[in-house]
Amino acid sequence: MSGSPRADARPLSPHLQVWRPHATFYASITHRITGVALYFGTFLIAGWIVALATGAECYPAIEDLLFSWFGSVILYLWAVAALYHLVNGIRHLLWDGPAIGFEPKTASAVSIFNYTVAILGAAAIWAAAAWL
Amino acid sequence: MSDGKFLTPTKAARGLGSSKSGTHHHITQRVSAIALIFLVPWFIFSAINAIQAGEIAAAEWVAQPLPAILLILTAGATLYHMRLGMQVVIEDYITKPGMRGALLILNSFACIAMFAAITLSVLKLWIGAGA
Repeated sequence: MSGSPRADARPLSPHLQVWRPHATFYASITHRITGVALYFGTFLIAGWIVALATGAECYPAIEDLLFSWFGSVILYLWAVAALYHLVNGIRHLLWDGPAIGFEPKTASAVSIFNYTVAILGAAAIWAAAAWL
Repeated sequence: MSDGKFLTPTKAARGLGSSKSGTHHHITQRVSAIALIFLVPWFIFSAINAIQAGEIAAAEWVAQPLPAILLILTAGATLYHMRLGMQVVIEDYITKPGMRGALLILNSFACIAMFAAITLSVLKLWIGAGA
């Protein structure tokens, strides 16, 4: 606080709990959740590259984990989170730069589009990586 | 401020908060984001491909010049971007000054240490292959 009393009792910003859930509300909080999740996902990716560079001893154990159903689910969810944060991040850049996409209907449609791109895009990349 | 009778709230707040370096944070967050638009799609595809190809093929892939360079660039842009992002999350949710400061320092250390570890690993695989 500034130390001086406020000149007037201005209203506070509405708190999270009083918002009616809607598409852009979920899109916004998902952007932050995927950001934090990707932060910790980067630790796993870094661990994988370090294991690859340090040689054979620990890599087979990591590979067992990566090829298990659990490892595959984590890897798929990582790809979904990365793609979501990517496409929703492009939306943020379009808001900041050319300042487009603010109309409520457009913003809601883009939110649903971003979720779709993340889930289907991760599946498409997975299929391409498996078969190419 | 005990003798703040003639100080307006604006005068008392000036120089505090994001008025110090918020603009720089905002711009560098977005510049690293633009770099990542190009790097991340390549990395998602390549990482899944390399993991599924097995250890020897993955090490051979990292040892090529172009993947090695792109991996280091991806690591740099990613660690820079996520350090800025986590800084905002900590500043939003952690209000106790001591804990906030400690987590901000830990955030910087973790990101820079990870960048060093990834870069050294890529260089080791690249140089180790005799390229």
